[in-house]
This record gives sequence, C-alpha cells and structure tokens, in this order.
Amino acid sequence: MTKFQEKAQILDRQELAASIIRLTLHAPLVAAAAHPGQFVMVRVGDSFDPLLRRPFSIHQVSAGGDLQLLFKVVGQGTRCLARLRPGEKLDLLGPLGRGFRLQREDPVCLVGGGMGIAPLYFLGKRLLMHGRLPEFDPVLLGAASQRELALLADEFFALGYDVHTATDDGTLGHHGFVTDLLDPVLPRVSRVYVCGPYPMMRIVAARCLAAGVECEVSLEAHMACGLGACLGCTVRATEGYAHVCLQGPVFDAGEVAWQ
Amino acid sequence: MTDHNDIDLRVRIGPLRLRNPVLAASGTFGYGREFADLVNLHRLGGVVTKGISLLPRPGNPPPRIVETACGMLNAIGLENVGVDEFIRRKMVFLRSAGTRVFVNILGDSIDDYARLAEQLSGVEGIDALEVNISCPNVKQGGVAFGTVPEMAAAVTASVRAATDLPVIVKLSPNVTDIAAMARVVEEAGADAVSLINTLIGMAIDCRTRRPRLANVIGGLSGPAIKPVALRMVWQVARTVSIPVIGIGGIATAGDALEFLIAGASAVQVGTANFRQPSVTEEIVAGIRSFLQEEGMLSVRDIIGTLQVEGG
Ligand SMILES: Cc1cc2nc3c(=O)[nH]c(=O)nc-3n(C[C@H](O)[C@H](O)[C@H](O)COP(=O)(O)OP(=O)(O)OC[C@H]3O[C@@H](n4cnc5c(N)ncnc54)[C@H](O)[C@@H]3O)c2cc1C
Ligand SMILES: Cc1cc2nc3c(=O)[nH]c(=O)nc-3n(C[C@H](O)[C@H](O)[C@H](O)COP(=O)(O)O)c2cc1C
Ligand code: FES
Repeated sequence: MTKFQEKAQILDRQELAASIIRLTLHAPLVAAAAHPGQFVMVRVGDSFDPLLRRPFSIHQVSAGGDLQLLFKVVGQGTRCLARLRPGEKLDLLGPLGRGFRLQREDPVCLVGGGMGIAPLYFLGKRLLMHGRLPEFDPVLLGAASQRELALLADEFFALGYDVHTATDDGTLGHHGFVTDLLDPVLPRVSRVYVCGPYPMMRIVAARCLAAGVECEVSLEAHMACGLGACLGCTVRATEGYAHVCLQGPVFDAGEVAWQ
Repeated sequence: MTDHNDIDLRVRIGPLRLRNPVLAASGTFGYGREFADLVNLHRLGGVVTKGISLLPRPGNPPPRIVETACGMLNAIGLENVGVDEFIRRKMVFLRSAGTRVFVNILGDSIDDYARLAEQLSGVEGIDALEVNISCPNVKQGGVAFGTVPEMAAAVTASVRAATDLPVIVKLSPNVTDIAAMARVVEEAGADAVSLINTLIGMAIDCRTRRPRLANVIGGLSGPAIKPVALRMVWQVARTVSIPVIGIGGIATAGDALEFLIAGASAVQVGTANFRQPSVTEEIVAGIRSFLQEEGMLSVRDIIGTLQVEGG
C-alpha cells in the first residue's frame, strides 16, 4: 500500500452547521489509492504550534481525483483548518491505515454517530459499486440535532439506502440515541459497520456480538505520525495492544478490549 | 560561488564516515521502512532504529502521546520487537535502504546491554550502535543509567568490550551536569556521544484532574526543547574530544546548522519527521545551499565555529 504526500488545492468549503465543515480537495494520488475507512494526516499550518498533523477519515473521493474531509471544530488544529478557503492548499499524507472490509452479499448496516458519519459515506458509495441493492441496507445516523444531520442523511437517501435518523434533541427522526434503532435491524443483516463516539461503538459492538452479527468499528487515538513509526496510537486489544494507524483504524469489534 | 555538486557534506563519527551529517532519530522513524514511500532514505546520513531490547516489549498503556506547545510528550514505554525479530525481519529492509544503520539499544541491566551488543555485532548491515542510557536500571531501584556517572560508565564499558562496532552513547538531559556525563562515557570508551534524549515533563487535563498520559510523566521533544538541547551540545562539545551528535527540536536546515556551529559533527532529526516525513532530506539540501551561499566547500568547515565574545 503506497502512501503519498500531496499538496491538495481546496476546491470547495461547505459549512454544514455551526463548526461542521466539509472541504473538497483536489488530491488525485491519495484519492485514487483510497479505500473506505482509511484516513489522512493533515498538516495544520506552517508554524510549529500546532506541531503535529491531525488525522481525518476520508469522507468521499471522486473519479476525478477529488477528496472530501468532514470535520468538527473541537480545538486549535481544527480551528485553523476551518479558516481555510478555496484556492488555498492543504498538505495531506495518505491513504493510511486499514479500512472496512467490503461485503458483497447479504444485507449490511451502517451506523454513524456525529463525525463518525464521515467515513461511512465513502463506504456507502463504494459498497454500491459491487452491485448491492441499497434499499435492503439500513443506515442509522445519529447527531446532536437536525442541523448537523439533515444534509448527510439526505445524501445517504439519495444513494438509495434505507436511512433512519436519531437526534439528541429530537429535531430529526427518533428522539434519543442511534443505538435505540438497532433492534429491528440486527436480525436482517450479517455485518454492521460503525463509526462514532466510543460509548456508542461499545454498545453496537456488544449488541452485534449477542446477535451473532459481524461488526467492524473505526477507532480513534491520538497520533503523532500515522505511519506506524511512533507507536503512540495504542489501544487495548484482546491480545495486548494494537496500533490504530497500522492494524486500524477499522477493527473487528471482537479484537477490541472494550473499556 | 561554489558549484552545488562540489560541496562536500561528508562527516566522520569516530571510525564511521557518513555521506552527510543528517540522521533520523531513534523512535521517530520506526525501522526505516515506515518512511520509505515518503523520503529518499539513500539521501540521508543514516537512520537510527527504534530502541531494541533483548526481549520484545509491549510498551505503556494508552494514552501514550500528547501534544504541547511546539512539542509533544511521549510515554511509549520502549515498545519494540526484540532483538531476534529485529535481526530476522527489520534488518532485511534496512540493509537494502542505501543508508547507514545505527541500532539503538536499551536494557534493564548492564548485562542486557552487553548481550545486545554481542548479538548485533555479527549482523550484516549494522554500522553502529547507539546506546540509550535514559532507561531505568532495574537492579538499582529503577534509577536511570544515564543519571549516575558510575552507571553510565559501566554500561559504556560493557558495550565497548562486547563489540567492534562504533559505540555512540546517547545522553539523558535529565541531569545537572551533562558535560560531566559526557566525560565519563568518553573515558569508558565511547566513540561518540549523541544528545539530547527527551526532557521529562507532564501535562494535566484540568476538567478530569487526570494526567494526560497514562504513565503520568513522559519525554518532551520537538522545537520546544531546541534551546536547551543546543546549550547542552555546546557544553559537551567543549568538554570532550570525541564527536558529538546533536539532537533536539531540529526541524529546519537552520536548526541543524546551529548545532553544527555549536560543535556537533552530525545531527539527528526526531519529532519533525512526523510533521514532514521528508524533512531530513530537505535539511540536507538546505545545508548544501547554505554552504554554497557562504562560499564554503565542506560542511566540516562549519563544525564548532561558534564565535564567542572574549571566549
Ligand atoms: C483515524 C481517525 C479519523 C478521524 N476522522 C475524523 C473525521 O472524519 N472528522 C472529525 O471531525 N474528526 C475526526 N477525527 C478526530 C480528529 O482527529 C480530532 O478531532 C482532531 O485531531 C482534533 O484536533 P484539534 O487540534 O482541533 O483538537 P485538540 O484537542 O486541540 O488537539 C490536541 C491534540 O489531540 C489530538 N486529538 C484531539 N482529539 C482527538 C481525537 N478525537 N482523535 C484523535 N486525536 C485527537 C489532536 O490530533 C492533537 O494532536 C479522527 C481521528 C482519527 C484517529
Ligand atoms: C515517539 C518517540 C519515541 C522515541 N523513542 C526513542 C527510543 O526508543 N530510543 C531513544 O534513544 N530515543 C527515543 N526518542 C528520543 C528521540 O530519539 C530524540 O532524542 C528526542 O525526541 C529529541 O529530538 P526531537 O526533538 O528532534 O524529537 C523518542 C522520541 C519520540 C518523540
Ligand atoms: S500514529 Fe505513530 S504509530 Fe500510529
């Protein structure tokens, strides 16, 4: 798996909600090599503060070599990234890590919470390339409120998926957790792909295990290199430690020692 | 003006000749292969491997890293594959990388270091050993070898006796008098010293009242430590007559040149590799351009040229 460093031009910047930004970049090398679930390390600026690159999932790629990132402003680095405008450049390293396993037969379910939805859209699009029938594949999406979710939910709907939503404030879909939507779905699917807050993934993993359904989760860890060199991005696995940038970010739920 | 290609970047570290004075530092460059897509390894003076111990080590619990102002703290806990696996698997790539290979070694006891040095000595493709003495001496209540002169000397002497490879002792900055440490390892037979390893620090999450690292404390690296590292390199270079390798916060050719001027014969680049994987190669090019602009023919002419008023 070749990794590339690319100075990608920003083509478009969308503000989906307060502090949720979607950047479209021209990054033909990374885009062509990318697999759903993989990530890029983004250099935040030219100064030494912030020093380290930031990891972001690949949200989608186009055949023309464009790549999208979807992120929420949570700190210094994402604040810098939010200030970028079309025409400016962003330094990317990628594609990195191990992504989702694409399932060709049997219904699958995608479960995304908050910014965890980012890699699932790329997955949703790529799964369709294998002649799947998306109307039998449920997509469960959760977020704080309608403003953060509506557009993303529409995009999955436009791909033909069976979309269900949940919001913390009840402004869109089910009023509550996205995990509340699992029960009717699990008996119908053979694999669940999940990305979102840790507690949400832990619940989904446990429910899948109980139901005998395969489950893949995308984990986060603080990273310095993204390349397997610093050994900083450790998570607890059932057998010792695993490194998110190398063995992950996507793991079989059963490989993870849930805390 | 001199022609770019005429500029001589070669330096010597004891018996070892390097193509240029820029190396990648231990623990920040994996086993070399991790960076192979992103930098031309054959353009570097050398690569220092992640620290290797006799047996594989799992390392510390997470979280292991946290970013700080212009730097980072790490408490990796010396995770590594162990010497057997290193020789069997990691050396295969390193041997063919077209660059000098420095193997960083660490142990719990003086005997560990000697056994590692012995085991690595016959291995094809290894150019030098770098001895990390910043780790705890398990038999002496966990005091770091590199903080007690007698222990630092004993480790150096035992490695020296166990190998014919050039021995570079990597000094810990967490001492009151680093020049004194350099002197004792020189006397104990080191071919060169490298410095600095990370400075011990910590960070706290105010909301949870918890340390940000599971290990509570960790090693500070990156541009934040450069002035301290430079000061220590200067002090050591004035004290010993063996070559000094400067490490700490180097991210540009200008940074590297400061260390050379302070008396280092070569430098290692660590944390900056994470930000810019090809930074080592860019530093080599930047040193070359600088020398050309200055009308100098050899990088060796800039080493130790610090002008101190009245000094
Ligand atoms: C594989 C992977 C994919 C990710 N994909 C996305 C995505 O698609 N969209 C999105 O909004 N976010 C994503 N994240 C989280 C994102 O990396 C963090 O939100 C971001 O690094 C925060 O940077 P900051 O400087 O704004 O925050 P600060 O809190 O100021 O960052 C301080 C340090 O902590 C690290 N850090 C903070 N939060 C996280 C976190 N959750 N995960 C990893 N490191 C963190 C930063 O990288 C930085 O080194 C992903 C994380 C990983 C590991
Ligand atoms: C993540 C990480 C891992 C490291 N591992 C080692 C190691 O195994 N052995 C060692 O001697 N030094 C290790 N170091 C120290 C570096 O080699 C270097 O001395 C230090 O980081 C200062 O240089 P820098 O500021 O350029 O990073 C490590 C540093 C970092 C950041
Ligand atoms: S981030 Fe450096 S090893 Fe994973």
